[in-house]
Amino acid sequence: MIHSLFLINCSGDIFLEKHWKSVVSQSVCDYFFEAQEKAVDVENVPPVISTPHHYLISIYRDKIFFVSVIQTEVPPLFVIEFLHRVADTFQDYFGECSETAIKDNVVIVYELLEEMLDNGFPLATESNILKELIKPPTILRSVVNSITGSSNVGDTLPTGQLSNIPWRRAGVKYTNNEAYFDVIEEIDAIIDKSGSTVFAEIQGVIDSCIKLSGMPDLFLSFMNPRLLDDVSFHPCIRFKRWESERVLSFIPPDGNFRLISYRVSSQNLVAIPVYVKHLISFKENSSSGRFDVTIGPKQNMGKTVEGVVMTVHMPKAVLNMNLTATQGSYTFDPVTKVLTWDVGKITPQKLPNLKGIVNLQSGAPKPEENPSLNIQFKIQQLAISGLKVNRLDMYGEKYKPFKGVKYITKAGKFQVRT
Amino acid sequence: ATGTTAVRPPQGPPRGSDSEMLDSNKDSLKLEAMKRIVAMIARGKNASDLFPAVVKNVACKNIEVKKLVYVYLVRYAEEQQDLALLSISTFQRGLKDPNQLIRASALRVLSSIRVPIIVPIMMLAIKEAASDMSPYVRKTAAHAIPKLYSLDSDQKDQLIEVIEKLLADKTTLVAGSVVMAFEEVCPERIDLIHKNYRKLCNLLIDVEEWGQVVIINMLTRYARTQFLSPNQNESLLEESAEKAFYGSEEEDTKDAKAEAASLAKRKPYVMDPDHRLLLRNTKPLLQSRNAAVVMAVAQLYFHLAPKAEVGVIAKALVRLLRSHSEVQYVVLQNVATMSIKRRGMFEPYLKSFYIRSTDPTQIKILKLEVLTNLANETNISTILREFQTYIRSMDKDFVAATIQAIGRCATNIGKVRDTCLNGLVQLLSNRDELVVAESVVVIKKLLQMQPAQHSEIIKHMAKLTDNIQVPMARASILWLIGEYCEHVPKIAPDVLRKMAKSFTNEEDIVKLQVINLAAKLYLTNSKQSKLLTQYVLNLAKYDQNYDIRDRARFIRQLIVPTEKSGALNKYAKKLFLAQKPAPILESSFKGTHSACRIWGHGVVILSCNHFSFCHRPGPFPAGIPVPSSKCQGLFSTFLPWSPREWAWWPTLSRGPWQLLSPAFGAVRTYELLHRMAGEGLSVEYCFSRRPFPGDPHMVAVQIQISNNTDAEVKSLRVSEPKLLAGMRIQEFPEIESLAPGDTASVVMGIDFCDSTQAANFQLCTHTRHFYVSIQPPVGELMAPVFMSENEFRKEQGKLTGMSEITEKLTLPEKCRSDHAIVQQVTSAANVGRVPCGADNEYRFAAKTVTSGSLVLITLEWREGAAAQLTVNSEKMVIGTMLVKDIIQALAQ
Repeated sequence: MIHSLFLINCSGDIFLEKHWKSVVSQSVCDYFFEAQEKAVDVENVPPVISTPHHYLISIYRDKIFFVSVIQTEVPPLFVIEFLHRVADTFQDYFGECSETAIKDNVVIVYELLEEMLDNGFPLATESNILKELIKPPTILRSVVNSITGSSNVGDTLPTGQLSNIPWRRAGVKYTNNEAYFDVIEEIDAIIDKSGSTVFAEIQGVIDSCIKLSGMPDLFLSFMNPRLLDDVSFHPCIRFKRWESERVLSFIPPDGNFRLISYRVSSQNLVAIPVYVKHLISFKENSSSGRFDVTIGPKQNMGKTVEGVVMTVHMPKAVLNMNLTATQGSYTFDPVTKVLTWDVGKITPQKLPNLKGIVNLQSGAPKPEENPSLNIQFKIQQLAISGLKVNRLDMYGEKYKPFKGVKYITKAGKFQVRT
Repeated sequence: ATGTTAVRPPQGPPRGSDSEMLDSNKDSLKLEAMKRIVAMIARGKNASDLFPAVVKNVACKNIEVKKLVYVYLVRYAEEQQDLALLSISTFQRGLKDPNQLIRASALRVLSSIRVPIIVPIMMLAIKEAASDMSPYVRKTAAHAIPKLYSLDSDQKDQLIEVIEKLLADKTTLVAGSVVMAFEEVCPERIDLIHKNYRKLCNLLIDVEEWGQVVIINMLTRYARTQFLSPNQNESLLEESAEKAFYGSEEEDTKDAKAEAASLAKRKPYVMDPDHRLLLRNTKPLLQSRNAAVVMAVAQLYFHLAPKAEVGVIAKALVRLLRSHSEVQYVVLQNVATMSIKRRGMFEPYLKSFYIRSTDPTQIKILKLEVLTNLANETNISTILREFQTYIRSMDKDFVAATIQAIGRCATNIGKVRDTCLNGLVQLLSNRDELVVAESVVVIKKLLQMQPAQHSEIIKHMAKLTDNIQVPMARASILWLIGEYCEHVPKIAPDVLRKMAKSFTNEEDIVKLQVINLAAKLYLTNSKQSKLLTQYVLNLAKYDQNYDIRDRARFIRQLIVPTEKSGALNKYAKKLFLAQKPAPILESSFKGTHSACRIWGHGVVILSCNHFSFCHRPGPFPAGIPVPSSKCQGLFSTFLPWSPREWAWWPTLSRGPWQLLSPAFGAVRTYELLHRMAGEGLSVEYCFSRRPFPGDPHMVAVQIQISNNTDAEVKSLRVSEPKLLAGMRIQEFPEIESLAPGDTASVVMGIDFCDSTQAANFQLCTHTRHFYVSIQPPVGELMAPVFMSENEFRKEQGKLTGMSEITEKLTLPEKCRSDHAIVQQVTSAANVGRVPCGADNEYRFAAKTVTSGSLVLITLEWREGAAAQLTVNSEKMVIGTMLVKDIIQALAQ
C-alpha cells in the first residue's frame, strides 16, 4: 500500500526517505513541490496529489511534511491516519516531532518505520508493542548500553502482538498503582456580531494515565452518560457494555492514552462562558479606525476564566495599531497582520479592555470586512457539559489503586464575528 | 554507542573505516558502523559499495546489528543480487528457529529481498509459514504473499492456495493481513470468500484497525456483488414509491428459482440474513477512533444499508470533521458527494459545516459545497444569512465561491431567486474586481433563465454603468443589455449613447461589447440607433487595437446593407439575436464519479443502479472468467466487476435455440450518401435482417446505389475502412459500372462487435472518394432466437441484477393492441417473439450477432396506458440502449 515515505521540512529539503518496496526516486516529490507552490500557504496543499505514476498523500505536522508515495488503490484516509500515527509515535518517543529530533534519532526512526509497516501495510502501530520492540532513548539507557553493550532492540515477540489485547503488555509492575483521568472539554462556537450564538458544540475527550500492575479490568461509570451524543472509543473499550449499560469497561493500555472522545451537540444548549463587546470601525477616506474590545465572563458556574488570549487577523490595509490594554499585553505583527492580546485571568469587577487607534495605509480603500476574533480560555475544575464521573471500579487485581479525575474546560475553535 | 553522537554521518571518521569497523569482532563497533550506514540510507545517500562488508554480518549475534543489516539488505539486495544470495542460508536457518519472532523476521526479510532467483525458496518458505503454530508467523506469511506476487506473478495459482488456507484461519491476527493479500493477488476470486464470509463478519470487531479497513472494503465489494440492493426501487425510478421488484431468492434448486423468479418479483424486498449480519457487525465500528475505519463503514452503509438506516453514518462523519485538516478534507469531499444523493442525512448537522475565518481555503470551499447541497426551501433563509457573512471575508477566492454558491441556491430554489438576485446586484458595487466579476457572471446566468421578469434588474444594471469601473463587469452589463434590449427598449439606446461618448476611454473588452451592443440595437431599433451605431463603428475603425478595428469592419459588413454585402446580411438578425441557452449551475461533484475522482474522495460512489446482483446461493460456476487483477488497471479494484466479464454465457449461446428467420417488418432505410454530396450518386442502406452468408458474426447491410448523373460511374468499391479494434468488414464485390439512371443493390457484412460504434469507410468510384459511415441502431445488432416459455424464464432468472433494466412507460392510444405492440417492438429490434401464457405480457428473445449473448425483452401491459418494459441482457449497454429505442418506437 504505502510505497515510500519522504519527510520534507519547510524549506523544501528532503531530510529522510524510507522505501518499503523498490526504491522510488526523490524526483517524485517535485509534483509535491509544485502543488505546494501553487497552494501559497501550507494549509492549502491538497492532501491527495495525483501524478502520472503515483499518488502522493501528505500530511503536515509540526512544520514537517510527511509525503507518502502510493501505487495501488488505497483509501486516502487509511494513509492519512497512518501518517498521523507515525507522527504521534515520534512525539511519544522523542518528546517532540521536529526535524532535529528526527535527525538526531535517525536510526531509531528507521527501526520504528521498519516495524510499523511491512511491505507498505501497517504491522505494529500500538505504542505499547513498539516500546517493547524498540526502547525509547533515554540518557540513562544510552549510558548503560554503552557500558554493557546491550541494545535498544528487544529480541522476543512483544506479548501484545499475540493476545486479544494487543494494546497492553504482560507483566507490568508498579509500586504505586495509579489511575488518572482528565476530562477535557473544548467549546467550539461561532458567535455572531450581535452576540448571539450561531453554532456551538462541546468536543470532549478523556485522556488517561494508567499505571497499574498486572491485568486490571476497569469499570468507569458516569453520573449522566446520556449527555454523550457521539462517542469514539479506544479499541480497549467493550462496545457491548457501553451499548447496554452505558459504562466504560476496559483493560487499559499501560501509560498515557486517549480513552474516549465525545461530542455534546448544539441541541443541548451549550453554555458560553465569556462574552465579547467589540467596536471595530474604519472611517471612509481617512487612514485610521477605531478598535475597542472588552471581554467579560458569563455562565461560568462560579469558576474563574483564565488563560484568555485573543488573536485577530487584521485586514491587509492595517499598518499599525496603537492600543492600550487595561490588563495583559498585546502584540501586533505588521507583517502577518496578527494582533495577539494575552489577557490572562478575567476578574468580573474589572473587565479587561483593549482600546485604541488603527492606522491604515493612506490612500488604500477602507477595508470592507471586520476581522473575526479568535478567543482562547481555560476553566479549571469544570466540565462545561456537566459530565461527571461517578466511580471507577477495578477487578482482576487485588491491590487498591489510587484514583483521580480532573476536569478542565477550554475554548476550542471559538470565534466571534464582528 | 549513543544515538545522538554516533548517528550524524558527516562528522564521522572517513569512509574507509566503516568497512573496517564492520570487520572487527566487537559488536559495539559494528553497531556504530551500521548506524552510520543506515543514517546515510535515510538521507538518500548511496551506500551500496559497502554491501560485501555488511552482508557478512547478517548472522551477527547482536540483535540490533542484525536488524540494521536487514534494513540494509532489503534496500540494496535488488542492486547486488549475487552478493545478496550469500545471506539466504542464514534466513533459511532463521526460518527453523524456535523463537517465533526470529522465524517471522527471517521470513519478512527473505520475502522483502527482491531477487527473482529465490522465488522457489520464498514460495516454500511462505507455504511452510502458512501452517506455522504461531499466528504471528502466519500473519507474516500473509504479508509475504503480495511481495512474492509482485516479484513473480506466475506464482499466482500457488499463492491462491495459500490464501485460501489462510482465509480459513480463525485468529484475528491473520484476518486483516490475508484479506489484504487476497485483495492484491486475486480480488476476482470472490468464491474464496463465500465460506469465510460469516467468520470475517464476526471476527471484524476484534481485528486490529488497519485490518478492519481492508476487510470492510472487501466486504463492501462482496456484498455489492452478492446481495440485492436494499434500495433497488430508488435507483431504478427515482421517484417511484412502489414496492420492490426483486425478492430474495433462497430456493435450493436453480430450476425452482427460475420458476419463482416471476412470482418473487411481486414479493416485497426481504434482506438476506447475511447482509443484515454485515450491517449489524460493522455498525459499532462507526465509533472507532480511526478515521479510516469510520469512513470505510460509512462507505459500506452508504452503499448497502436501506435508506432508512443510512442516517447513522452522518453523525460519525460529522465527528471526523474535528480531526486533522487532511482528514477533514477527505471527509468533506465524501460528504459533498454523498449529500447530493442523500441530502436529508446531513441536514440535522447543517451548522457543523459553517465556515470559520481560520479554515484553510480548500476546506472553506468544500464546506460551501456541502452547504449548497443541503439547501432546501426550509433552511435556505438561514443558509443565505450565513452566506452574507462569508461575502465579507478577506479571502477573495472564497468570496467568489460563495457568490457561485448563491447562484446555485437561486437556481435550485425558486422562492429565493429574487432575494439572491437583489443581494448579488448589491455586490456589483463591491470594490474587489473578482467579487464584481463573479457577481456579474452569476447574475448574467440567473437573468438568462427568466429575462422577461427581470427587466427591472437589467435597468438597474444599466444605471450601474455610470459607476462601475471594473471592465469585466462593464462588459458583462453591456452584453446583458444588448441581449435583452427588447426588454429595456427605452434604456438601451441611451446606454449606447453614453457609451459612445466615453468610447475612446474604455478598456478593450468594453469597447468590443459596445460594438456588440450597437450592432444588436441597430438590428432591432435602427430608427433610434442608426446614427449612434455609425458613430461607434467610425470610432472603432480608427482604434489603436486591431481586434477592435477588425470587429468594427466585420460588423459593418454584416449589418449595414450595401450593394456589395453578401448573403449573410439577411441572416444578421439571426446571428446576433439567436436564443442563447441558459447555463446550468450545478454541483461539480454531481455525476463526476470517474475512478480518479473517486479515488481522491476515498469512497467509491457509483450510483446504486450499478449494483450488481449475482445470486449467491448455490456454488458459482467453476472458473468464472473475471479479469485478472493486472488488466483491471491500477485503480479499479474498487469498482464492481463489470458484468460483461462474468460471461458464462458462451456455453449457452451454443445452446439449443435455433435461429429464427427474421421477422420482416417495414424495413427502414438510411441514407449513406446524399445525392448532393455524392455529386449525383446517391446511396442508401438498410439492415436486411438476414444472416450474412459466410460469416454468422456479421450484420448484413443491404446497400442500394443509384446513379443520378448523366455519365457512367465505374468501379464502385469500398476501400480503406477505418474501424475500431475488433470490428471487421466484408466488402461487397466491386461494381464494374453503373449506367446513368441505373440502380444497383449489393450486400456487405459488418461485424460491429456488439457496439453501436459507426463503421467508417470510403466509397470509391473511378473518379472520387466519399467518406461514409454506417452506424447501426442497437436493435440491428441481434438476431432472433426461438425458445420456449420455460427456457425464457430460466434464462431470465439468470440475468437479473445488473443485467436487468426496467423502465415504466405509457402506451399511446394507437399502440394499445397486441398487433401494434409486436409490430413496434419488432421494427425497433431484430427479435423473435416468445410464446407467453399470461395475457398482456409480451416476450421477445434475441442474441447479439457477434458474441451471441442473450437479449430478453418483456413488456408488461398493465391497466390503461401503463406498461413496464424489462430487458435482460448481460450486455448492459445494449440493454440500456434497447430500452430507450423500444420506448421511443412505442411512443411514436
